[in-house]
Amino acid sequence: MSDAIRLTPPLSDEDVEGLQAGDRVLISGTIYTGRDAAHKRLIDLIHSGEPLPIEIKGQIIYYVGPSPAKPGMAVGAAGPTTSYRMDAYAPELIRLGLKGMIGKGARGQAVKNAMVKHKAIYFAAIGGAGALMAQAIKKAELVAYEDLGPEAIRRLEVEEFPVIVVNDVQGNDLYEEGIKEYAI
Amino acid sequence: MREINTSQITAAIRDLCIKANTHLGEDVLAAFHKAIELEVSPTGKDILEKLVENARIAQEKGIPICQDTGFAVVFVELGQEVHLVGGDLKEAINEGVRQGYQEGYLRKSVCHPFTRKNTGDNTPAVIHIDVVPGDRIRLIVAPKGGGSENMSRVTMLTPAVGIQGVKDFVVQRIKESGANPCPPTIVGVGIGGTFETAALLAKRALLRPLGSQNPNAELASLEAELYEKINALGIGPQGLGGRITSLAVHVAMMESHIASLPVAVNVQCHAARHKEMVI
Repeated sequence: MSDAIRLTPPLSDEDVEGLQAGDRVLISGTIYTGRDAAHKRLIDLIHSGEPLPIEIKGQIIYYVGPSPAKPGMAVGAAGPTTSYRMDAYAPELIRLGLKGMIGKGARGQAVKNAMVKHKAIYFAAIGGAGALMAQAIKKAELVAYEDLGPEAIRRLEVEEFPVIVVNDVQGNDLYEEGIKEYAI
Repeated sequence: MREINTSQITAAIRDLCIKANTHLGEDVLAAFHKAIELEVSPTGKDILEKLVENARIAQEKGIPICQDTGFAVVFVELGQEVHLVGGDLKEAINEGVRQGYQEGYLRKSVCHPFTRKNTGDNTPAVIHIDVVPGDRIRLIVAPKGGGSENMSRVTMLTPAVGIQGVKDFVVQRIKESGANPCPPTIVGVGIGGTFETAALLAKRALLRPLGSQNPNAELASLEAELYEKINALGIGPQGLGGRITSLAVHVAMMESHIASLPVAVNVQCHAARHKEMVI
Protein backbone atom coordinates (compact mmCIF):
# COMPACT_ATOMS: atom_id res chain seq x y z
CA MET A 1 0.00 0.00 0.00
CA SER A 2 1.18 3.54 -0.78
CA ASP A 3 2.27 5.97 1.91
CA ALA A 4 -0.41 7.96 3.67
CA ILE A 5 -1.09 11.60 2.80
CA ARG A 6 -1.04 14.01 5.75
CA LEU A 7 -3.74 16.66 6.07
CA THR A 8 -4.45 19.41 8.57
CA PRO A 9 -7.77 21.33 8.39
CA PRO A 10 -8.89 23.90 7.38
CA LEU A 11 -8.67 22.43 3.88
CA SER A 12 -8.50 24.44 0.64
CA ASP A 13 -9.83 23.50 -2.80
CA GLU A 14 -6.25 22.62 -3.75
CA ASP A 15 -5.90 20.27 -0.75
CA VAL A 16 -8.96 18.25 -1.71
CA GLU A 17 -8.23 18.29 -5.45
CA GLY A 18 -5.06 16.35 -4.73
CA LEU A 19 -6.94 13.44 -3.15
CA GLN A 20 -8.07 10.32 -5.00
CA ALA A 21 -10.48 7.56 -4.02
CA GLY A 22 -8.40 4.86 -2.29
CA ASP A 23 -5.79 7.24 -0.83
CA ARG A 24 -4.91 6.62 2.78
CA VAL A 25 -4.89 9.86 4.77
CA LEU A 26 -3.73 10.80 8.27
CA ILE A 27 -5.56 13.82 9.65
CA SER A 28 -4.03 15.96 12.39
CA GLY A 29 -5.43 19.08 14.04
CA THR A 30 -9.04 20.08 14.65
CA ILE A 31 -12.14 18.25 13.42
CA TYR A 32 -15.76 18.47 14.60
CA THR A 33 -18.20 15.76 15.61
CA GLY A 34 -21.78 15.80 14.39
CA ARG A 35 -24.46 13.21 13.69
CA ASP A 36 -28.22 12.97 13.15
CA ALA A 37 -29.70 15.37 15.70
CA ALA A 38 -26.90 17.97 15.49
CA HIS A 39 -27.17 18.06 11.69
CA LYS A 40 -30.89 18.70 11.92
CA ARG A 41 -30.27 21.66 14.22
CA LEU A 42 -27.54 23.11 11.96
CA ILE A 43 -29.83 22.95 8.94
CA ASP A 44 -32.70 24.53 10.91
CA LEU A 45 -30.36 27.43 11.80
CA ILE A 46 -29.32 27.86 8.15
CA HIS A 47 -32.94 27.91 7.02
CA SER A 48 -33.87 30.52 9.60
CA GLY A 49 -30.83 32.64 8.65
CA GLU A 50 -29.12 32.33 12.03
CA PRO A 51 -25.37 31.86 12.62
CA LEU A 52 -23.96 28.37 13.14
CA PRO A 53 -22.15 27.43 16.36
CA ILE A 54 -19.08 26.46 14.30
CA GLU A 55 -17.39 27.98 11.24
CA ILE A 56 -17.67 25.12 8.78
CA LYS A 57 -15.68 26.63 5.90
CA GLY A 58 -12.73 24.36 5.16
CA GLN A 59 -13.57 22.02 8.04
CA ILE A 60 -14.12 18.28 8.45
CA ILE A 61 -17.13 16.81 10.27
CA TYR A 62 -16.72 13.36 11.81
CA TYR A 63 -19.98 11.42 12.05
CA VAL A 64 -19.48 10.01 15.52
CA GLY A 65 -21.21 9.77 18.89
CA PRO A 66 -18.40 8.71 21.25
CA SER A 67 -18.95 6.65 24.35
CA PRO A 68 -18.27 8.57 27.60
CA ALA A 69 -14.61 9.21 28.48
CA LYS A 70 -13.12 7.30 31.36
CA PRO A 71 -11.11 9.46 33.78
CA GLY A 72 -7.84 10.54 32.15
CA MET A 73 -9.05 9.93 28.59
CA ALA A 74 -10.25 12.49 26.00
CA VAL A 75 -13.10 10.29 24.75
CA GLY A 76 -14.31 6.73 25.10
CA ALA A 77 -14.64 4.59 21.98
CA ALA A 78 -15.06 6.80 18.91
CA GLY A 79 -15.56 5.03 15.59
CA PRO A 80 -17.73 6.32 12.73
CA THR A 81 -21.49 5.96 12.45
CA THR A 82 -23.33 5.16 9.19
CA SER A 83 -23.30 8.20 6.93
CA TYR A 84 -26.46 7.87 4.81
CA ARG A 85 -28.51 9.25 7.68
CA MET A 86 -26.72 12.60 7.18
CA ASP A 87 -27.37 12.62 3.41
CA ALA A 88 -30.41 14.85 3.77
CA TYR A 89 -28.28 17.55 5.40
CA ALA A 90 -24.80 17.21 3.88
CA PRO A 91 -25.28 18.99 0.50
CA GLU A 92 -26.28 22.24 2.23
CA LEU A 93 -23.19 22.15 4.47
CA ILE A 94 -20.93 21.32 1.51
CA ARG A 95 -22.37 24.32 -0.36
CA LEU A 96 -21.40 26.48 2.62
CA GLY A 97 -17.79 25.31 2.46
CA LEU A 98 -17.56 22.03 4.40
CA LYS A 99 -14.56 20.24 2.88
CA GLY A 100 -14.61 16.83 4.46
CA MET A 101 -16.87 14.24 6.08
CA ILE A 102 -15.73 11.12 7.91
CA GLY A 103 -18.12 8.20 8.32
CA LYS A 104 -18.86 4.75 6.98
CA GLY A 105 -21.13 3.48 4.23
CA ALA A 106 -22.14 4.82 0.83
CA ARG A 107 -23.48 8.34 0.19
CA GLY A 108 -26.48 9.28 -1.91
CA GLN A 109 -26.21 10.84 -5.36
CA ALA A 110 -27.09 14.36 -4.15
CA VAL A 111 -24.16 14.29 -1.72
CA LYS A 112 -21.81 12.93 -4.39
CA ASN A 113 -22.92 15.68 -6.80
CA ALA A 114 -22.36 18.36 -4.16
CA MET A 115 -18.86 16.97 -3.45
CA VAL A 116 -17.91 17.28 -7.14
CA LYS A 117 -19.53 20.70 -7.61
CA HIS A 118 -18.19 22.37 -4.45
CA LYS A 119 -15.02 20.30 -4.00
CA ALA A 120 -15.37 18.19 -0.88
CA ILE A 121 -14.20 14.72 0.16
CA TYR A 122 -15.87 11.80 1.90
CA PHE A 123 -13.54 9.70 4.01
CA ALA A 124 -14.21 6.30 5.60
CA ALA A 125 -12.89 5.41 9.03
CA ILE A 126 -13.03 1.82 10.28
CA GLY A 127 -16.53 1.20 11.61
CA GLY A 128 -16.59 -0.72 14.85
CA ALA A 129 -12.95 0.01 15.67
CA GLY A 130 -13.95 2.57 18.27
CA ALA A 131 -11.26 1.72 20.81
CA LEU A 132 -8.52 1.94 18.17
CA MET A 133 -9.79 5.23 16.63
CA ALA A 134 -9.97 6.81 20.08
CA GLN A 135 -6.19 6.45 20.44
CA ALA A 136 -5.75 9.18 17.78
CA ILE A 137 -8.06 11.61 19.61
CA LYS A 138 -6.08 13.70 22.07
CA LYS A 139 -8.66 16.22 23.23
CA ALA A 140 -12.44 16.65 23.07
CA GLU A 141 -14.28 19.85 23.92
CA LEU A 142 -18.02 20.48 23.91
CA VAL A 143 -19.01 23.16 21.38
CA ALA A 144 -22.81 23.01 21.19
CA TYR A 145 -25.97 21.06 22.03
CA GLU A 146 -24.91 19.48 25.32
CA ASP A 147 -28.52 18.29 25.74
CA LEU A 148 -27.98 15.86 22.86
CA GLY A 149 -25.55 13.82 24.97
CA PRO A 150 -23.49 11.58 22.67
CA GLU A 151 -24.87 13.54 19.70
CA ALA A 152 -23.55 16.95 20.88
CA ILE A 153 -21.09 18.83 18.65
CA ARG A 154 -17.54 18.47 19.96
CA ARG A 155 -14.23 19.90 18.78
CA LEU A 156 -11.67 17.10 18.60
CA GLU A 157 -7.91 17.49 18.49
CA VAL A 158 -6.59 14.52 16.55
CA GLU A 159 -3.12 13.22 15.71
CA GLU A 160 -2.66 11.08 12.63
CA PHE A 161 -6.30 10.03 12.58
CA PRO A 162 -6.42 7.27 9.91
CA VAL A 163 -9.02 7.46 7.12
CA ILE A 164 -9.41 6.35 3.50
CA VAL A 165 -10.75 8.53 0.66
CA VAL A 166 -14.02 7.05 -0.61
CA ASN A 167 -15.44 9.87 -2.77
CA ASP A 168 -13.10 12.35 -4.45
CA VAL A 169 -13.83 15.57 -6.37
CA GLN A 170 -13.61 13.72 -9.71
CA GLY A 171 -16.67 11.68 -8.76
CA ASN A 172 -14.90 8.39 -8.04
CA ASP A 173 -16.38 6.06 -5.41
CA LEU A 174 -14.14 3.51 -3.68
CA TYR A 175 -17.11 1.38 -2.58
CA GLU A 176 -18.20 0.89 -6.20
CA GLU A 177 -14.65 0.30 -7.42
CA GLY A 178 -13.86 -2.15 -4.61
CA ILE A 179 -16.88 -4.31 -5.38
CA LYS A 180 -16.07 -4.30 -9.12
CA GLU A 181 -12.55 -5.47 -8.36
CA TYR A 182 -13.45 -8.29 -5.98
CA ALA A 183 -16.89 -9.57 -7.02
CA ILE A 184 -16.75 -13.12 -8.37
CA MET B 1 -38.13 -24.65 44.54
CA ARG B 2 -34.85 -22.75 44.62
CA GLU B 3 -35.04 -19.15 45.76
CA ILE B 4 -33.08 -16.53 43.84
CA ASN B 5 -33.06 -12.89 44.85
CA THR B 6 -33.52 -10.50 41.95
CA SER B 7 -30.65 -8.36 43.32
CA GLN B 8 -28.37 -11.16 42.07
CA ILE B 9 -29.87 -10.71 38.62
CA THR B 10 -29.25 -6.95 38.71
CA ALA B 11 -25.58 -7.51 39.61
CA ALA B 12 -25.18 -10.15 36.89
CA ILE B 13 -26.74 -7.97 34.20
CA ARG B 14 -24.56 -5.01 35.22
CA ASP B 15 -21.39 -7.11 34.88
CA LEU B 16 -22.53 -8.72 31.62
CA CYS B 17 -23.28 -5.32 30.01
CA ILE B 18 -19.75 -4.12 30.80
CA LYS B 19 -17.99 -7.35 29.86
CA ALA B 20 -19.91 -7.84 26.61
CA ASN B 21 -19.00 -4.35 25.45
CA THR B 22 -15.29 -4.52 26.30
CA HIS B 23 -14.32 -8.19 25.76
CA LEU B 24 -14.82 -9.62 22.29
CA GLY B 25 -15.48 -13.37 22.28
CA GLU B 26 -12.66 -15.81 21.48
CA ASP B 27 -14.80 -17.26 18.69
CA VAL B 28 -15.00 -13.85 16.99
CA LEU B 29 -11.24 -13.31 17.33
CA ALA B 30 -10.59 -16.77 15.85
CA ALA B 31 -12.91 -15.84 12.95
CA PHE B 32 -10.90 -12.61 12.39
CA HIS B 33 -7.65 -14.61 12.20
CA LYS B 34 -9.16 -17.05 9.73
CA ALA B 35 -10.48 -14.11 7.68
CA ILE B 36 -7.00 -12.50 7.59
CA GLU B 37 -5.71 -15.70 5.97
CA LEU B 38 -8.54 -15.86 3.44
CA GLU B 39 -8.77 -12.18 2.48
CA VAL B 40 -7.06 -11.31 -0.81
CA SER B 41 -7.54 -7.51 -0.72
CA PRO B 42 -4.57 -5.74 0.95
CA THR B 43 -6.90 -3.04 2.32
CA GLY B 44 -9.27 -5.72 3.57
CA LYS B 45 -6.47 -7.62 5.27
CA ASP B 46 -5.21 -4.41 6.87
CA ILE B 47 -8.70 -3.64 8.22
CA LEU B 48 -9.08 -7.14 9.67
CA GLU B 49 -5.72 -6.80 11.43
CA LYS B 50 -6.87 -3.47 12.85
CA LEU B 51 -10.02 -5.14 14.21
CA VAL B 52 -7.84 -7.59 16.14
CA GLU B 53 -5.80 -4.66 17.45
CA ASN B 54 -9.02 -2.81 18.35
CA ALA B 55 -10.28 -5.76 20.41
CA ARG B 56 -6.94 -5.93 22.23
CA ILE B 57 -7.02 -2.19 23.11
CA ALA B 58 -10.64 -2.42 24.28
CA GLN B 59 -9.90 -5.32 26.60
CA GLU B 60 -6.66 -3.87 27.98
CA LYS B 61 -8.06 -0.40 28.65
CA GLY B 62 -11.54 -1.53 29.59
CA ILE B 63 -13.16 0.66 26.96
CA PRO B 64 -15.90 -0.34 24.52
CA ILE B 65 -14.96 -2.24 21.35
CA CYS B 66 -17.35 0.08 19.50
CA GLN B 67 -18.79 3.43 20.62
CA ASP B 68 -22.24 2.11 19.76
CA THR B 69 -22.67 0.02 22.88
CA GLY B 70 -26.09 -0.84 21.63
CA PHE B 71 -29.58 -1.52 22.77
CA ALA B 72 -29.25 -4.00 25.65
CA VAL B 73 -30.95 -7.15 24.39
CA VAL B 74 -31.35 -9.61 27.26
CA PHE B 75 -32.30 -13.27 26.91
CA VAL B 76 -33.51 -14.97 30.08
CA GLU B 77 -33.91 -18.73 30.38
CA LEU B 78 -35.79 -19.08 33.62
CA GLY B 79 -35.87 -22.51 35.25
CA GLN B 80 -39.44 -23.41 36.20
CA GLU B 81 -38.27 -24.55 39.63
CA VAL B 82 -36.89 -21.11 40.46
CA HIS B 83 -38.78 -18.92 42.89
CA LEU B 84 -37.80 -15.28 42.39
CA VAL B 85 -37.81 -13.07 45.47
CA GLY B 86 -36.80 -9.47 46.11
CA GLY B 87 -38.78 -7.69 43.43
CA ASP B 88 -39.85 -7.50 39.82
CA LEU B 89 -37.66 -9.46 37.37
CA LYS B 90 -37.86 -6.96 34.51
CA GLU B 91 -37.13 -4.04 36.81
CA ALA B 92 -34.12 -5.96 38.20
CA ILE B 93 -32.84 -6.41 34.63
CA ASN B 94 -33.39 -2.76 33.75
CA GLU B 95 -31.60 -1.71 36.93
CA GLY B 96 -28.65 -3.89 35.92
CA VAL B 97 -28.57 -2.22 32.50
CA ARG B 98 -28.78 1.22 34.14
CA GLN B 99 -25.85 0.44 36.46
CA GLY B 100 -23.75 -1.29 33.80
CA TYR B 101 -24.06 1.51 31.24
CA GLN B 102 -23.31 4.17 33.87
CA GLU B 103 -20.47 2.44 35.70
CA GLY B 104 -18.93 1.00 32.53
CA TYR B 105 -18.77 4.35 30.66
CA LEU B 106 -20.99 2.86 27.97
CA ARG B 107 -22.93 5.05 25.56
CA LYS B 108 -26.62 5.58 26.20
CA SER B 109 -28.28 5.06 22.85
CA VAL B 110 -31.98 4.66 23.65
CA CYS B 111 -34.40 7.48 22.78
CA HIS B 112 -38.02 8.41 22.06
CA PRO B 113 -38.78 7.39 18.46
CA PHE B 114 -40.20 10.79 17.45
CA THR B 115 -38.68 13.46 19.69
CA ARG B 116 -35.36 11.52 19.80
CA LYS B 117 -35.03 12.50 23.47
CA ASN B 118 -32.52 10.15 25.10
CA THR B 119 -33.77 8.17 28.11
CA GLY B 120 -30.36 8.84 29.65
CA ASP B 121 -29.63 5.41 31.09
CA ASN B 122 -29.97 3.04 28.10
CA THR B 123 -33.21 1.59 29.45
CA PRO B 124 -35.59 0.05 28.75
CA ALA B 125 -33.78 -3.14 27.79
CA VAL B 126 -35.28 -5.51 25.22
CA ILE B 127 -36.08 -8.60 27.29
CA HIS B 128 -36.92 -12.09 25.99
CA ILE B 129 -37.97 -14.56 28.69
CA ASP B 130 -38.25 -18.30 28.17
CA VAL B 131 -39.36 -20.70 30.88
CA VAL B 132 -37.27 -23.89 30.80
CA PRO B 133 -36.87 -27.01 32.96
CA GLY B 134 -34.56 -26.82 35.97
CA ASP B 135 -33.76 -24.58 38.93
CA ARG B 136 -31.30 -22.17 37.36
CA ILE B 137 -31.43 -18.91 35.43
CA ARG B 138 -29.32 -18.35 32.34
CA LEU B 139 -28.83 -14.70 31.41
CA ILE B 140 -27.44 -13.58 28.05
CA VAL B 141 -26.70 -9.92 27.33
CA ALA B 142 -26.30 -9.14 23.63
CA PRO B 143 -25.81 -5.39 23.04
CA LYS B 144 -27.02 -4.60 19.51
CA GLY B 145 -25.69 -1.66 17.53
CA GLY B 146 -27.94 0.47 15.34
CA GLY B 147 -25.87 0.41 12.15
CA SER B 148 -26.25 -3.31 11.53
CA GLU B 149 -29.75 -3.53 13.02
CA ASN B 150 -30.89 -0.90 10.49
CA MET B 151 -29.88 -3.22 7.64
CA SER B 152 -32.03 -6.10 8.99
CA ARG B 153 -35.36 -7.04 7.41
CA VAL B 154 -38.35 -9.36 7.78
CA THR B 155 -40.36 -10.41 4.75
CA MET B 156 -43.33 -12.71 4.15
CA LEU B 157 -42.48 -14.64 1.00
CA THR B 158 -44.97 -16.54 -1.13
CA PRO B 159 -44.43 -20.26 -0.42
CA ALA B 160 -44.10 -20.90 -4.18
CA VAL B 161 -40.68 -19.21 -4.25
CA GLY B 162 -39.32 -21.99 -2.03
CA ILE B 163 -35.77 -22.27 -0.77
CA GLN B 164 -34.44 -20.40 -3.81
CA GLY B 165 -36.59 -17.41 -2.85
CA VAL B 166 -35.12 -17.50 0.65
CA LYS B 167 -31.56 -17.59 -0.70
CA ASP B 168 -32.24 -14.71 -3.09
CA PHE B 169 -33.75 -12.58 -0.33
CA VAL B 170 -30.82 -13.11 2.04
CA VAL B 171 -28.11 -12.45 -0.55
CA GLN B 172 -29.93 -9.40 -1.93
CA ARG B 173 -30.27 -7.96 1.59
CA ILE B 174 -26.53 -8.24 2.20
CA LYS B 175 -25.76 -6.82 -1.24
CA GLU B 176 -27.96 -3.80 -0.64
CA SER B 177 -26.51 -3.29 2.85
CA GLY B 178 -23.06 -2.72 1.34
CA ALA B 179 -20.67 -1.02 3.74
CA ASN B 180 -23.38 0.18 6.14
CA PRO B 181 -23.49 -2.66 8.71
CA CYS B 182 -19.70 -2.69 9.30
CA PRO B 183 -18.65 -5.79 7.39
CA PRO B 184 -17.37 -8.40 7.93
CA THR B 185 -20.78 -9.26 9.32
CA ILE B 186 -22.47 -12.29 10.77
CA VAL B 187 -25.78 -13.00 9.08
CA GLY B 188 -28.58 -14.38 11.23
CA VAL B 189 -31.41 -15.91 9.21
CA GLY B 190 -34.75 -16.94 10.70
CA ILE B 191 -37.16 -18.96 8.58
CA GLY B 192 -40.72 -19.97 9.41
CA GLY B 193 -43.02 -19.39 12.35
CA THR B 194 -44.99 -16.16 12.25
CA PHE B 195 -43.87 -12.62 11.45
CA GLU B 196 -42.26 -12.01 14.85
CA THR B 197 -40.91 -15.56 15.29
CA ALA B 198 -38.82 -15.28 12.14
CA ALA B 199 -37.15 -12.15 13.51
CA LEU B 200 -36.50 -13.73 16.90
CA LEU B 201 -35.09 -16.90 15.31
CA ALA B 202 -32.71 -14.73 13.28
CA LYS B 203 -31.60 -12.84 16.38
CA ARG B 204 -31.10 -16.01 18.41
CA ALA B 205 -29.09 -17.54 15.55
CA LEU B 206 -26.53 -14.77 16.10
CA LEU B 207 -25.82 -16.12 19.59
CA ARG B 208 -24.50 -19.42 18.26
CA PRO B 209 -20.68 -19.54 18.58
CA LEU B 210 -18.81 -18.75 15.37
CA GLY B 211 -17.20 -21.80 13.87
CA SER B 212 -19.87 -24.14 15.26
CA GLN B 213 -21.69 -26.57 13.01
CA ASN B 214 -25.46 -26.36 12.56
CA PRO B 215 -26.79 -29.70 13.90
CA ASN B 216 -29.42 -29.78 11.15
CA ALA B 217 -27.73 -31.02 7.95
CA GLU B 218 -30.22 -29.27 5.67
CA LEU B 219 -29.55 -25.93 7.38
CA ALA B 220 -25.79 -26.53 7.55
CA SER B 221 -25.77 -26.93 3.79
CA LEU B 222 -27.91 -23.79 3.34
CA GLU B 223 -25.50 -21.86 5.57
CA ALA B 224 -22.51 -22.99 3.51
CA GLU B 225 -24.18 -22.00 0.24
CA LEU B 226 -25.24 -18.58 1.54
CA TYR B 227 -21.73 -17.98 2.91
CA GLU B 228 -20.23 -18.66 -0.54
CA LYS B 229 -22.75 -16.46 -2.34
CA ILE B 230 -22.41 -13.55 0.09
CA ASN B 231 -18.63 -13.65 -0.01
CA ALA B 232 -18.70 -13.65 -3.80
CA LEU B 233 -20.36 -10.21 -3.74
CA GLY B 234 -16.99 -8.47 -3.39
CA ILE B 235 -18.13 -6.04 -0.65
CA GLY B 236 -15.29 -7.03 1.67
CA PRO B 237 -14.18 -5.65 5.06
CA GLN B 238 -15.78 -2.22 5.60
CA GLY B 239 -17.22 -2.41 2.08
CA LEU B 240 -13.93 -1.33 0.50
CA GLY B 241 -13.70 -4.45 -1.64
CA GLY B 242 -12.65 -7.98 -0.74
CA ARG B 243 -13.63 -11.59 -0.27
CA ILE B 244 -14.67 -11.52 3.38
CA THR B 245 -18.02 -9.76 3.53
CA SER B 246 -19.40 -12.09 6.20
CA LEU B 247 -17.63 -14.23 8.78
CA ALA B 248 -20.55 -16.66 9.02
CA VAL B 249 -24.19 -17.29 8.15
CA HIS B 250 -26.34 -18.85 10.88
CA VAL B 251 -29.78 -20.17 9.99
CA ALA B 252 -32.57 -21.18 12.38
CA MET B 253 -35.89 -22.56 11.19
CA MET B 254 -39.28 -23.73 12.46
CA GLU B 255 -42.49 -24.84 10.82
CA SER B 256 -44.53 -22.18 9.03
CA HIS B 257 -48.23 -21.65 8.30
CA ILE B 258 -49.51 -23.36 5.12
CA ALA B 259 -50.01 -19.89 3.59
CA SER B 260 -46.68 -18.37 4.66
CA LEU B 261 -42.93 -18.41 4.24
CA PRO B 262 -41.60 -15.78 6.66
CA VAL B 263 -37.89 -14.94 6.41
CA ALA B 264 -35.86 -12.59 8.59
CA VAL B 265 -32.31 -11.42 8.13
CA ASN B 266 -30.70 -9.99 11.25
CA VAL B 267 -27.37 -8.44 10.33
CA GLN B 268 -24.69 -8.41 13.03
CA CYS B 269 -21.60 -6.22 12.68
CA HIS B 270 -18.14 -7.67 13.38
CA ALA B 271 -18.43 -6.38 16.96
CA ALA B 272 -20.50 -9.48 17.71
CA ARG B 273 -20.92 -9.00 21.43
CA HIS B 274 -22.69 -11.28 23.84
CA LYS B 275 -21.86 -12.63 27.26
CA GLU B 276 -23.77 -15.00 29.51
CA MET B 277 -23.97 -16.16 33.09
CA VAL B 278 -25.83 -18.93 34.87
CA ILE B 279 -27.18 -18.35 38.36
